[in-house]
Amino acid sequence: MDRHINLPLTDTDARSLRAGDYVYLTGVLYTARDAAHKRMYEALDAGQELPVDLNGQVVYYLGPTPARPGHVIGSAGPTTSSRMDKYAPRLLDLGLKGMVGKGKRTQEVIDAVVRNGAVYFAAVGGAGALLSKCIKEAEVVAYDDLGTEAIRRLRVENLPVIVVIDSEGTNLYATAADQWKK
Amino acid sequence: MRNVDVSLVTAAIREMCIEVNHKLSPDMAGKLAEAKEREESPLGRQILGQLIENMDIAQKEMIPICQDTGMAVVFIEVGQDVHFEGGNIEDAVNEGVRRGYTEGYLRKSVVRDPLERVNTGDNTPAVIHYSIVPGENVKITLAPKGFGSENMSRLFMLKPAQGIEGVKEAVLTAVADAGPNACPPMVVGVGIGGTFEKCALMAKKALTRNVNERSKIPYVAELETELLDKINCLGLGPGGLGGRMTAVNVAVETYPTHIAGLPVAVNICCHVNRHIVREI
Repeated sequence: MDRHINLPLTDTDARSLRAGDYVYLTGVLYTARDAAHKRMYEALDAGQELPVDLNGQVVYYLGPTPARPGHVIGSAGPTTSSRMDKYAPRLLDLGLKGMVGKGKRTQEVIDAVVRNGAVYFAAVGGAGALLSKCIKEAEVVAYDDLGTEAIRRLRVENLPVIVVIDSEGTNLYATAADQWKK
Repeated sequence: MRNVDVSLVTAAIREMCIEVNHKLSPDMAGKLAEAKEREESPLGRQILGQLIENMDIAQKEMIPICQDTGMAVVFIEVGQDVHFEGGNIEDAVNEGVRRGYTEGYLRKSVVRDPLERVNTGDNTPAVIHYSIVPGENVKITLAPKGFGSENMSRLFMLKPAQGIEGVKEAVLTAVADAGPNACPPMVVGVGIGGTFEKCALMAKKALTRNVNERSKIPYVAELETELLDKINCLGLGPGGLGGRMTAVNVAVETYPTHIAGLPVAVNICCHVNRHIVREI
């Protein structure tokens, strides 16, 4: 089913999404990938606040190419989510509502998605030029020294994603291939 | 003997870095269009349509096809009658990568040390493979490699008794395990034989082949076709979200090996299979 969903994601919207839904996201989300996750994790271990309040927010696993002059951002597709699996359950337990990436997640992440009524979306990997057109504003808000891996606040319009793991724990990757297997 | 100023190498590599990250080679672009025609899953067709539209935008608006503009892998075939002058060849290659990635607004994805992990800031150094060949030309192949698919690549040290069936199982295992992480539809490069490092290098080089070409060795060409068919029966499909088009090509390279061994390397590349060649 095609859905248009506003960000930040409400509890009701998050719980209403089903694996396989094709969703257009509009609103604000944050980028973070390997290095930013590691640093956030270390901050939490040290008893510090996160540089961005992720409660109720969606994180996009993205490290863009540099913006050309006059552009908001460069190429901006998803990176492989599994590298963030170590960090994701803790962030979900702190209120993170959604993740946009690509590729498989561990059972620990799936359990945390269910426990928190969250959702895992996949964007199309390798479509960074197309996806960049949906990004209307981009601003580095933390860890500037990490370059492409800094945390950015993005305002997106109709960012196309697919629900892969929903709040009931249904995992599209686990079922989709069976339908087409010969 | 022919003198070649290394600044020519720098200039060529700078241009190649920019071109290859914005424009797929015609063979790959053709394969994606063909995949869209052949895909049976509606969602798969939709994703392939997005990938084709993405390529148009990338080329017209000079936005890289993928944000992972890769680590620069450079194959340099140097004619044995060439004499490089004007500097160190390795520095010249890295300078080309530095200029290409900086001036071309490409992502800097390289860290100085694998454990300390501080970004080098200019995507250097490249991974460079030299070979000496007859003649007085310099042939440069640049293949920036993204790590979504690189991370899903595998090396198997099989026993000779496992034979061709063992090879097939190894390739299918690697592809099935890679699944959605490697951004299917993929290109699968396979190296069979040689030593531990030789088979990995063959698998990498296989990815730079024209995807419409089959091996010149008849049984290897048959193996490529059979593996592609079997991979496309796995059901992973575009984006790993179900469908027929899991891979658009399998390229196999072979080399003599030891009486005790059967090394098999599987280097997986996503659909953004970038390769470009220049001769100097």
